[in-house]
Amino acid sequence: MTALTSPLGRLRWTLTDGLTLVGRELGRLRHDPGELVAALIFPAVMVLLFGYVFGSAIQVPDGGDYREYLMPGLFAMVTFSALMGVMTRMAADASRGVMDRFRSMPMARLAVPFGQTGADLLTGLLMLAIMVGAGLLVGWQPHRGLIPTAQAFLLMVVLRYALSWVGVYVGLAVKNDQVADAMVPLFLPFTMLSNAFVPTDGMPGWLRFLADWNPVSALTAASRELFGNPGAPSGSVAWPLAHPVATVLLWSAALLLIFVPLSLRAYTRRGR
Amino acid sequence: MPDPIVVAEGLHKSFGDTHALRGLDLSVPRGTVCGVLGPNGAGKTTAVRILATLSDPDAGHARIAGYDVVREADQVRARIGLAGQYAAVDEKLTGRGNLRMFGRLCHLPRREAHRRADELLERFGLMEAADRQVSGYSGGMRRRLDLIASLILRPEVLFLDEPTTGLDPRSRGEIWDHVRELVADGTTVLLTTQYLDEADQLADDIAVVDHGQVIATGTPDELKATIGDRLDVVLDDPAALPAAMTVLNTLTGTDPTTTGADRLSVALPGGGFRLADIVRDLDHAGVAAADVSLRRPTLDEVFLRLTDRKETVR
Ligand SMILES: Nc1ncnc2c1ncn2[C@@H]1O[C@H](COP(=O)(O)OP(=O)(O)OP(=O)(O)O)[C@@H](O)[C@H]1O
Ligand SMILES: [Mg+2]
Repeated sequence: MTALTSPLGRLRWTLTDGLTLVGRELGRLRHDPGELVAALIFPAVMVLLFGYVFGSAIQVPDGGDYREYLMPGLFAMVTFSALMGVMTRMAADASRGVMDRFRSMPMARLAVPFGQTGADLLTGLLMLAIMVGAGLLVGWQPHRGLIPTAQAFLLMVVLRYALSWVGVYVGLAVKNDQVADAMVPLFLPFTMLSNAFVPTDGMPGWLRFLADWNPVSALTAASRELFGNPGAPSGSVAWPLAHPVATVLLWSAALLLIFVPLSLRAYTRRGR
Repeated sequence: MPDPIVVAEGLHKSFGDTHALRGLDLSVPRGTVCGVLGPNGAGKTTAVRILATLSDPDAGHARIAGYDVVREADQVRARIGLAGQYAAVDEKLTGRGNLRMFGRLCHLPRREAHRRADELLERFGLMEAADRQVSGYSGGMRRRLDLIASLILRPEVLFLDEPTTGLDPRSRGEIWDHVRELVADGTTVLLTTQYLDEADQLADDIAVVDHGQVIATGTPDELKATIGDRLDVVLDDPAALPAAMTVLNTLTGTDPTTTGADRLSVALPGGGFRLADIVRDLDHAGVAAADVSLRRPTLDEVFLRLTDRKETVR
């Protein structure tokens, strides 16, 4: 029946069970289209809101179009939302006992975190597609051709996946869906404390330091550069902003290296 | 006695300062229902979680069908089902969707998982609601779905942690019927409950747990026998209550409890009490009784006595 013994068998079942759980997430969305629509409309609303409300008030550094300046920031913001999304889903399963059911079944142990992060990747891609549509509609576009554009989106996907593992860990640590829901706004500063919506030069020193090293800033800067949008870092800027692509990759690798093992340990631990 | 399928020996488990289990022993023969009773915080859920491989004991060991719950957890998981105090199903999916998902996660082939889901929905009367989202189910339906979800692999041992808490009498009766059917098919059931009538109805053997230890075991009848029969007296005149108290106290050596303005109840230590003698003693004291009756104690009374005595000892 269940060949969980050989390493290859384990890997196969981890993938199969992970896919079943991806299917579960898609099934949830299918039964609750409201949630899906809300999740998809959110980025589009952000584009319109920020583009037209703030766009009229904020001066872009090199005199470019604010909506062109804004889109990479919004892409980064939506990328960051993976953390909160996965965190609340993991915490909900842990608090409702669904996780206990999974743990008491002869399924692959690691399938749950892999399935959850995999499902988030799919919804993330869908959100990106919607945002690209909304962005094109308000006048944003990539200017540097296919390869750099693809590279920018790839960076978003990589960082998104890494951040979703932070969500797995925090969700497992919190174990309570209400607490997790209440924690969501606490993550807002992470996106705001960056170059996503305003340049960092105006910030006081220590704040600017945080903003410069924020992975959201690196992703924003990298996208601006790769899309050829205004606001790409130039001149003497902090190291992460001078090398945004490398910074995003380093951040992703570091987050994965730390949070994948931590999450797997938290998931398989049988202390409680 | 047939070989036990669930064995726990000297289980210890602490959470910080709380010593939840202090050397819990348990043995459940194959094909029987073991009722685990105990007051809140006695350690019932902790014990079930260890037996179901969700938690490791600090000391002691446990085996299910011969497999160690810590070292051979995968073998154990392939043989058990667990239904907890709350419904551990996905609210956003339909009943059928849940069962199919759990079936797939139990590594049934897709066709087989679908077939098994339908079979279980049909058998447990949830076919009507199969394609509705679980969030729209009643409490009883959810609990039934939760029970079904633990049956997908036809477990040899089923752990039910307070399976009917919060359900109305009718839903409880339905769950009881399902449990009886499963036992008739050969499933071994370990059931924790707060409802003593539930244990009385379902359990072959009962283990009373308090402060993380088993303090009494036996069939419901054996447990009732340990505290002796009860004597209930209904008086003609409530004013005679003090006099009746005195008579019964002299007779039994314990204070009777008043169960109403004109009613008394007292445990009779050991046997050898005759109704006629009791009525005569009351008569001599000038107490007119409308009704005097001897009866077996209820499991509630057994439970209160056992867990109470423990309380006064410490
Ligand atoms: N995860 C935990 N962390 C800290 N303490 C815990 C934890 N789980 C259980 N306990 C404590 O261990 C003791 C036993 O708890 P347990 O849940 O096993 O009792 P129970 O017999 O199931 O009670 P109830 O009838 O209320 O369900 C309690 O004092 C409880 O507070
Ligand atoms: Mg409990």
